[in-house]
Amino acid sequence: MRLALRELWLGVRRAPLLAALGAGTMALALFAFGLFALVAVNLEASLGALEDRVEIRAFLADTIPPAAVAEAQRALASLPGVATVGYVSRDSALRRARVELEEFRDLLESTPLPASLELRLTPGARAPRQVQALAAQAEALPFVDEVRYGREWVEKLHQLRTAAGVAAALLGGAFATIALLLIGTTIRMAVLARAREIEIMRLVGATDAFIRLPYLLDGALKGLAGGVLAVALVWGVHLLAARLLVPTRYFSGWQVAAGVAAGSLLGLLGSWVSVNRHLRALWHQR
Amino acid sequence: MDPLVRLVDASRSVPRAGTVLHPTSFLLGRGEFAYLVGPSGSGKSTLLRLVAMADPPTSGTVETAGFSSATIRPRELPLLRRRLGVVFQDFRLLPDRTAAQNVAFALEVTGTPPGEVAERVARRLAQVGLAARGRAYPHELSGGEQQRVAIARALANDPVLLLADEPTGNLDDRAAGAIHELLADIHTLGTAVLMATHDAAQVRRAGHRLLALHEGRLHYDGTDAGAALPRATGSP
Repeated sequence: MRLALRELWLGVRRAPLLAALGAGTMALALFAFGLFALVAVNLEASLGALEDRVEIRAFLADTIPPAAVAEAQRALASLPGVATVGYVSRDSALRRARVELEEFRDLLESTPLPASLELRLTPGARAPRQVQALAAQAEALPFVDEVRYGREWVEKLHQLRTAAGVAAALLGGAFATIALLLIGTTIRMAVLARAREIEIMRLVGATDAFIRLPYLLDGALKGLAGGVLAVALVWGVHLLAARLLVPTRYFSGWQVAAGVAAGSLLGLLGSWVSVNRHLRALWHQR
Repeated sequence: MDPLVRLVDASRSVPRAGTVLHPTSFLLGRGEFAYLVGPSGSGKSTLLRLVAMADPPTSGTVETAGFSSATIRPRELPLLRRRLGVVFQDFRLLPDRTAAQNVAFALEVTGTPPGEVAERVARRLAQVGLAARGRAYPHELSGGEQQRVAIARALANDPVLLLADEPTGNLDDRAAGAIHELLADIHTLGTAVLMATHDAAQVRRAGHRLLALHEGRLHYDGTDAGAALPRATGSP
């Protein structure tokens, strides 16, 4: 390890520009991916906030005895996919309607509103089919007169989410591929720049594992530096966007750590592939 | 006793160039000295690469220092290379390291304890006559001196066989003569030497065994320079 670190240091000292260029290229590749990830995280948060509003409203029959309300509440809460069940009495329904429908205030004075149970759903249970199934189950309960949920809205939201997911996967894949290619090329350059050392190491009997070690360290450290730089650059963009456009959300702590770790891992893997390719070519050349 | 090198119908073909070495057989004993002679393109370097197992033979087998091309696994190659020393016409030194660091490199990458490295480097540099030039960088050394450093590096791990591919090809007559003498000294100390060369005069003087190649075929194996050289090198 001591020798590997020394070789690494010698390589940096001999060609500092190449080393900086390597870390810089990795940072740019990861930055591009990081920008995409920032957009994806914010889109996800916005869609998530919209989805939080998916609810099923079960209107109760006027004849329901007060004791049965609690029972119905319990029965609905036990259904899979139901997060919470809130009770809206006839009085509070009226109060809410007066606030929300100011212009129909006079009309509401003479129109009694039914009591209802409001079902909030767990994040995994907000797809149209699941919402529909839950609504049907709720409707089958005694004392439930009618069930409503914004069917069209739920379906549109689901379509939007699916489209966003597909776009994210495609774009993410493309960005990740470009990042990988850039990182791979950068590391290949570093390996080729030291082809003579590799040849001589082999000549005098160094094992492939020994030859690989400095390059793996090199790739991992460049990836780490690139990752840290990319995270900082994306942070800058996030601040700028928040000031000039709309408030955006930055990555969580673990997402930042995962990004930096991914940079390091990519550097490591890129080095592994490049060095191995070079070592194989040496054995099979001519 | 087993020979150090045994080629049995070993050939080498490469895409586009075709057969660069036709099936070739010979033995080289422990501690033996042999010159490999022949004109450019006759297959000398190819044969040395086969012996060093830098390339696998297309047909036949090569055995070197107890390893066989038929059975050797890639991870065993470093073990073989530690038993060989290899010297090239273009020296192949690391330009940004001193002579001593170049020799030390060979010891360090093979796991020599750090405490032993300096002493062994000094011993090898003294053996090749460069005891006082350890701190010099390759560009500060003459061609002959650079080749000496390369030889010291090749000897660093106490090889049983030294393979030299035209080691005097880039040197003037005087430096070339000194390198021949140095290799002869190394041979005297018990290391087998297989050396490819164009230097007809030196080959005649030395009187060692000659393996003469022409167009990829081994056409002479013996000590009669007269029989080996005219066809092999084109020299009188």
